[in-house]
Amino acid sequence: MEIAHKGHSSFLSRLNPGDWLFALALAGGAVFALRQYGDFMDVYDKGILFLTVPALVALGAAWQPFRLFLAAAAVLALASLSLYQGDLARAEQVFLLKYFISSQTAIMWMSALFFIATGAYWIGLAARSDFGDKTGSALTWLATLMGTTGLLVRWYESYLIGTDVGHIPISNLYEVFVLFSLITGLLYLYYEGQYATRRMGAFVLLVISAAVAFLLWYTFSREAQEIQPLIPALQSYWMKVHVPANFIGYGAFALAAMVGVADLLVRKGILASRLPPAEVLDDVMYKAIAIGFAFFTIATILGALWAAEAWGTYWQWDPKETWAFIVWLNYAAWLHIRLTKGLRGPLLAWWAIVGLVVTAFAFVGVNMFLSGLHSYGSL
Amino acid sequence: MRNRSTARAFYELLSSMRFAISLLTILGIASIIGTVLKQNEPYNNYLNQFGPFWFPVFEALDLYAVYNSAWFLVILAFLVLSTTTCIVRQTRPMLKDMRSFRENAREASLAQFAHHDRITTTLPPADARAPLSAYLSRAGFALRINERSDGLLLAARQGSWTRWGYFLAHGAIVLICVGGLLDGNLPLRIQMALGGKQVTSGNQLISEIGPESRLGVDNWSYRGNVFIPEGKSANVGILNVKDGILLQDLPFTVSLKKFHLDHYESGMPKRFASDIIITDNATGQSVEKTIEVNKPFEYAGIMMYQASFEDGGSRLKLTGHDLRPASQASPFETGGAVGDSLKISTRGLEYTLELVSFKPFNIENMASNEAPAETGTLALLQKNLGSGAKSPTRKDMQNVGPSIQYKLRDAAGQAREYQNYMLPIQQDGAWYLLSGMRAEPSAPFRFMRIPMDMDGRPDSWFAIRQVLLDPTKHEEIARRFTAAALGADAGPETRSRLQETTARSLELFAQGGFESLGRFIESSVPEGERDKAADVFIKILEGTAWEAWKMARAASGQPAPEATGGNGRLLRDTLNATSDSLHYGAPLYFQLKAFEEVRATVLQVTRSPGKPIVYLGSLLLVLGVFAMLYVRERRLFVLIKDSGEALVALSSNRKSMDVDESFRQHRDAIATLLAPSVSK
Repeated sequence: MEIAHKGHSSFLSRLNPGDWLFALALAGGAVFALRQYGDFMDVYDKGILFLTVPALVALGAAWQPFRLFLAAAAVLALASLSLYQGDLARAEQVFLLKYFISSQTAIMWMSALFFIATGAYWIGLAARSDFGDKTGSALTWLATLMGTTGLLVRWYESYLIGTDVGHIPISNLYEVFVLFSLITGLLYLYYEGQYATRRMGAFVLLVISAAVAFLLWYTFSREAQEIQPLIPALQSYWMKVHVPANFIGYGAFALAAMVGVADLLVRKGILASRLPPAEVLDDVMYKAIAIGFAFFTIATILGALWAAEAWGTYWQWDPKETWAFIVWLNYAAWLHIRLTKGLRGPLLAWWAIVGLVVTAFAFVGVNMFLSGLHSYGSL
Repeated sequence: MRNRSTARAFYELLSSMRFAISLLTILGIASIIGTVLKQNEPYNNYLNQFGPFWFPVFEALDLYAVYNSAWFLVILAFLVLSTTTCIVRQTRPMLKDMRSFRENAREASLAQFAHHDRITTTLPPADARAPLSAYLSRAGFALRINERSDGLLLAARQGSWTRWGYFLAHGAIVLICVGGLLDGNLPLRIQMALGGKQVTSGNQLISEIGPESRLGVDNWSYRGNVFIPEGKSANVGILNVKDGILLQDLPFTVSLKKFHLDHYESGMPKRFASDIIITDNATGQSVEKTIEVNKPFEYAGIMMYQASFEDGGSRLKLTGHDLRPASQASPFETGGAVGDSLKISTRGLEYTLELVSFKPFNIENMASNEAPAETGTLALLQKNLGSGAKSPTRKDMQNVGPSIQYKLRDAAGQAREYQNYMLPIQQDGAWYLLSGMRAEPSAPFRFMRIPMDMDGRPDSWFAIRQVLLDPTKHEEIARRFTAAALGADAGPETRSRLQETTARSLELFAQGGFESLGRFIESSVPEGERDKAADVFIKILEGTAWEAWKMARAASGQPAPEATGGNGRLLRDTLNATSDSLHYGAPLYFQLKAFEEVRATVLQVTRSPGKPIVYLGSLLLVLGVFAMLYVRERRLFVLIKDSGEALVALSSNRKSMDVDESFRQHRDAIATLLAPSVSK
């Protein structure tokens, strides 16, 4: 809302000194990455690296706490990199690596913190406890911080296995589940700040906890966490844009569905005095679906561009593609109903929840039950 | 008149939101079908899956290629139609609305706005005009001012772009569908219908396929595959259409110099690349290029992609072993290229050997499966901490060498499939030649493990097996075994009984291996004593195998084997493999002796005229979606009346919470402007 009002001044004039510092640090980071790791990038990778800088600057300007978050993640990741000294074996020998900031350990921390955060939010909700809410919020920040660190370090570790093995850690079901948890957590934290209420956390964190539970099962019983090299079809810079865009979509849809659950409860009078009013929940739900839909559209198009390069056709009704199309149709219909028909109320909340079922099938179900080209995430 | 109203109603229906939503839903559900049923498989697979009753029903419904079916295209066509009529219907009112400032809005109607407020003004309308205009344009509004009888109305608006978003996004859907249609198989079907083209089964040579199944170089939309073995060239693409093929002539010839197949240490494929030479048929000019996955190449408007690879007819040399009992035949040599069928008609056998495939290497996890002693949650957690690079369980990836797959088809046409490794593989501390067999293509291979002797060869197994299974030698083996087992002081009765039992055991074993013996024990020994009896039989068999070995070695002029632990194990393995060989399905075993690998690449060749249209549509779609969702249309009206009262009203095309906030801020700012003295 703050942003809407500022709409009349130019973007640059709205940046405060903190934003400039953030931008400078990001630009410095990009140059450092280029000097340090430029040999492993092609021209497109470099282009993506450069474009990431303004994108993150804009995000930091629109959402100020994100700046500190990213800075902290960078510090932790760089600390981990410097402790490694280019030797994977040190993950077992150095205390800080073994128990805090090697990738697997950081992801374990993320998992634990998300679980505790969920509990804290529920205590906050049940006991109307401000302390519980704040604890939940702080823990969610920490969990996303550890998760982000984990993924960044995992990226580095993959190159330590072999320079031909190294790749961005968003290439299989294990890695994207971490990404999903992170993005959903961050999206939630954004709305928490925007709407100045922490009570939705109890619901949104449930879906993150479910993802984390799956992640742990996947780790302990399937040993899915071992870094695998990329098959030829995945060796492309497109992965760096297609996958994150997709998961902003999935994360936002998941968040919308959980807010939809809260919305339905409030409309039935359950927990109504503890949760934000239905109008607020409805608004968050719309915002989340809107951002999710926009990014999912981009992701699907990027996927099509990549498919054209890797498989020789931009669309071939592969099960994953088809289900992405179904997800897209579903939310397109949702937005039409709401924006054009002006519909409000429980139907949209129910629809958002059904939307999550469809999304979950597109995300995990396709890999479990259907076979196709996107089969690198099979269970 | 009536007709016109029907047409009107149809138009209303097509352009209605309800119809559009219904279409989206139907399209979604229809799309699911093609994800549940695997698409574009060979028709035989469907026939096997659904049986003769449902197969033609599903075929008639086009369920094997849903997304190319007429009914699916009709749904898509309706979507295009619905979107188009929606655009047509909306264009005029939207453009009007975008241009209009509604500067004639009445006070009464402004007072109906959800967001409106009356504020006091100390400035006369003429003086308020300049600061208000300045404020509104600073806030990003376009402005029109109307001096009316009831006062001064400033009609401001911003974010009309959101309407453009509507046109962009919905126009994009039409573009994408049209582009997609051009790249689908509709152009092909039209050509087949109009040009009289027919699919052919694909069982004949390419040169034998006539012009009725060939598409000319002028075809502007297709997707096909080109198969080229190393050192060969091709100038036609193959299009799979339903259960047949069509040939697509290319304006150039592609030769494959070399196909690269690189692997990671784990055996996972790392790189597929084809070094090709493209020679233009018209100009004769050549271009050399390497095509890789994710790195396609365009020539003469045709995109070429690395689609897959196959064996290009690797040449194999094989040694055949006759496994028939009592066969004294020595091994024989044969060979051919992968894909060949060879007649094996030596010594009364009549088989066809079909060389299916060859793999130059196989990477397997050779770590033993013994779990480490660590248990408990904490240990489990510890194991999973640290870097993502380590594997929680030990893996030992090793290349176990080349393997071949072949089918042996008997005179009756029955085939069994075999998978044989070229080199011995170490398992549980000993070395074996592995040979897998299956009767059904869907079944897993069951492996026979041929033990290697102290010379590292399978010869001992062949020799011992030969003697063991030869009924004419059973008496002799039994006699020798009895002599060795019983001391000199054993009575003749014991002697003859043991000899008889031994001969009987050998006879049973030669019939069906351990299985026959097991059945015999089950039928003749009481349940409580079966384990003991089995032990006795195993002891007897091991003893006879030992005698058989000595006999085999003596026959070839070699000294008797030494009674070492290794040889004991060899005997046990020999018995196991001999027993398995009796269920091997064919009396022939082929060992790969030498090979010369020839690879072939499969390139996809594509002409997609719709691609630029689809890409343009995609770009417009993104712009449109963002404009629709994130450009907010706001109309702000300020009516300054001479009476010292002002009416502020705000409207928005979207009802959302930030409209409230935005209205409050504008109202407060305007109130300050209009009554400077009050706020100071």
